[in-house]
Amino acid sequence: MTLQHYLVISAILFTLGIFAVLTRPNAISILMGIELILNSCNLNFAAFSRFMTPPEDISGQIIAIFGIVLAAAEAAVFLAIILAIYREFGSIRPDEVDTLKG
Amino acid sequence: MDFTLTNFIFYGFALMTVGSALLVVTVRNIVHAAFSLMVTLFGVAGLYVFLQADFLAATQVIVYVGGILVLILFGVMMTSGRLEMRIHIERGQLLLGGVVALALLTLLLTVIANTPAWKNLTDDGTELPPTTEKIGELILNGPFLLPFEVVSVLLLVALIGAALISRKEVRD
Repeated sequence: MTLQHYLVISAILFTLGIFAVLTRPNAISILMGIELILNSCNLNFAAFSRFMTPPEDISGQIIAIFGIVLAAAEAAVFLAIILAIYREFGSIRPDEVDTLKG
Repeated sequence: MDFTLTNFIFYGFALMTVGSALLVVTVRNIVHAAFSLMVTLFGVAGLYVFLQADFLAATQVIVYVGGILVLILFGVMMTSGRLEMRIHIERGQLLLGGVVALALLTLLLTVIANTPAWKNLTDDGTELPPTTEKIGELILNGPFLLPFEVVSVLLLVALIGAALISRKEVRD
């Protein structure tokens, strides 16, 4: 296995996440896309930590763990906002929630 | 390239990750997408094992599969009526998003293939000791103590914020 194997997998995950964020019309599907993007970032951190630093240095893995924690906090707040929006508008399609639009 | 058992399992995990991620962004039923996401997260956990990051793999399974995915399914149940389970995508948006995503993928792959510092870095297969003890040492008695405390406060803020935002408004 080389570093580039992991980087290619991570690049594909990132692209699919961006694609989901751009095209999905449902806020929860967009959250899934964001989770894909965060996973690709964490995979990159772990891969670079394995291949680019001496074996006893595992700082990259710790950064990835912090990334997972941040993703958890983000998902909780995201879903709370989605619930509030659903109660207010009766829909979670982002293009229907446009009260601020001039 | 030799096809040893290790390589075989690695490509299995890679295929599982990428294929199920593809399903997450293409499948029309949102519950099916959530379960595909579960397979993707397990696949990434398997790749962490290949990177000898055992603690990270366990955290991935516990926090992502056990926490975030349940949260997502919970969100689906709370917000989707029977009609909204299925996803309708406009054709123009799909085309535009596909073009942007393909351009991005091409860019990333070009960079990955052409960066000299990243070439020929092969996994020599040496087994490292379990990382859990070292991670605990680095976080609680090392350079990551301050970030750890900051993240604790951030989790508390997110907890209170989520509870506050999602509760019903009390009108007096």
